[in-house]
Amino acid sequence: MLRDITIGQHLPGSSPLHRLDPRLKILLTIAFIVMLFVGTNPLGIALSLLFLLFCYTLARIPARMMWKSMKPLIPIIAVTAILNLLFIPGEPIFKVWILSISLEGVRYAILLAVRIVALILGASLLTYTTSPIILTDAIERLLSPLARFRFPAHELAMMMTIALRFIPTLIEETDKIMSAQKARGAELDNGTLVQRVKALVPVLIPLFLSAFRRADELALAMECRCYRGGEGRTRLRQLHIGPSDIVMTLLCVAYFVLIGFSGYLYGLLAGALA
Amino acid sequence: MGAIIRTENLSYVYNPAMPDATTAISDISFEMQEHEFLGIIGPTGCGKSTLITHFNGLMRPTSGKVLIDGQDIWADKKEIRKFRFLTGLVFQYPEYQLFEETVEKDIGYGPRNMGLSPQEVDERVRMAADFCGLAPEMLSRSPFELSGGQKRRVAIAGVIAMRPRLLVLDEPAAGLDPEGRDTILEQIKSYHRETGTSVVLVSHSMEDVAKYADKVLVMKDGGIAMYDTTQQIFARAQELLDIGLSVPQITKVFLRLREMGLAIDTDVYTVKYAAETVLRFAEGGDGDAS
Repeated sequence: MLRDITIGQHLPGSSPLHRLDPRLKILLTIAFIVMLFVGTNPLGIALSLLFLLFCYTLARIPARMMWKSMKPLIPIIAVTAILNLLFIPGEPIFKVWILSISLEGVRYAILLAVRIVALILGASLLTYTTSPIILTDAIERLLSPLARFRFPAHELAMMMTIALRFIPTLIEETDKIMSAQKARGAELDNGTLVQRVKALVPVLIPLFLSAFRRADELALAMECRCYRGGEGRTRLRQLHIGPSDIVMTLLCVAYFVLIGFSGYLYGLLAGALA
Repeated sequence: MGAIIRTENLSYVYNPAMPDATTAISDISFEMQEHEFLGIIGPTGCGKSTLITHFNGLMRPTSGKVLIDGQDIWADKKEIRKFRFLTGLVFQYPEYQLFEETVEKDIGYGPRNMGLSPQEVDERVRMAADFCGLAPEMLSRSPFELSGGQKRRVAIAGVIAMRPRLLVLDEPAAGLDPEGRDTILEQIKSYHRETGTSVVLVSHSMEDVAKYADKVLVMKDGGIAMYDTTQQIFARAQELLDIGLSVPQITKVFLRLREMGLAIDTDVYTVKYAAETVLRFAEGGDGDAS
């Protein structure tokens, strides 16, 4: 059950996307998400989906993984789409009781649902192709100009690294404790809400205890290795932007510009057809 | 005497249909008779832990069947909890699952989940604590202020208090000092002797398995490499070494003796039996050793 969580899940590989400089990758992902909100016309959405399809193929990420990252969010997508379906005003094409569905509503709901899907897939692509350590390293670098204004960029990145690092560990731990309590007859899967919350106590107490124990041990281990924060710290792996990174970024940017102007192009296309 | 547990072509695959799918155990068929003391050994990652978590239905087999007392435990999904009480499972480092304010309450967690009356729970807690060598005055203390070995015993008592017909222990002595190790294993053995409960002991210490188990199941790469009585298993000491397992030190001594040209039996796995073998050899074996 807990193993289905894909947040921060990384699929190691050696595709050009895996090798792209993580700082550029983060910036490009943000740009892509912005473009999803600029190019809201059908052509723009189609171009965005095409881009995702191309990237996923390039990174050799199985289609199953796309589905897996989307599965937990389906209810949210469905609710948003249905709300839009019902509340976008326009010429009603279908009417039941006080609910009316308009053509505009259908159009908007579909576009919105597809856009949310594209957003999730785009963001997942970043974590699938970048290891958490490299990702936080890149975030630290991107935020480092802010350090001048006493923004704790390094501390923030270190906290993120540790948090990401311990997600799988704690999931595994939770799994183990749940198994152990189930073996003692705990009923974790059924019962009323109150019963379920009560049944969680035997899982949460040992889990918290072990999390604190781990934190203690980690702090000690870091101190033993003379960790004193980011000042004067050097890195084993330096980030370099090479020619291939620049080429890929330029290609992406060009494509994003195309998506940005897709509204204009779509207008021309629709005009030509009409 | 029937089989308390039987598996038929049991297989389990982690992350099936994924790029990182791994077969943990494949095609395991064996049965264990009631009232036996079975040792399961094998190198790290051979599927020991995966196998035993199938014994009380915590894991659902990818294919194959698990039968407890002749009943297929997955025949009815809703009835699975019944089998959790038939098989008591003690995981590795079980002291990390303690959570109640007092030792007494923690040991009573399993019995309470079984829906027993308070008197019955109380009686079982006391019995289990006694078997695990926990003094009665310890029952009112917090489990978190006990020593590591004591915590471990509280956790084991928590499973024993459920009076399972089959008690499965995964490395119950891991991480304890030699004395704590012997104490816990002795207590399990005497519990087995006094109550007749079937016991499965998972370990990678050959010494422990040799000392306590009647029968031994040797696992390798997710399958069964050998399954026989303890004596028969250690008669094949060389094969055990080839799998990458160690054999008890006393067995090593006898293997070396044989290597040096003495025609002596090497199915020795306890010091006591070693002494007998040496005596037998000294009395009549001289003739054929040359």
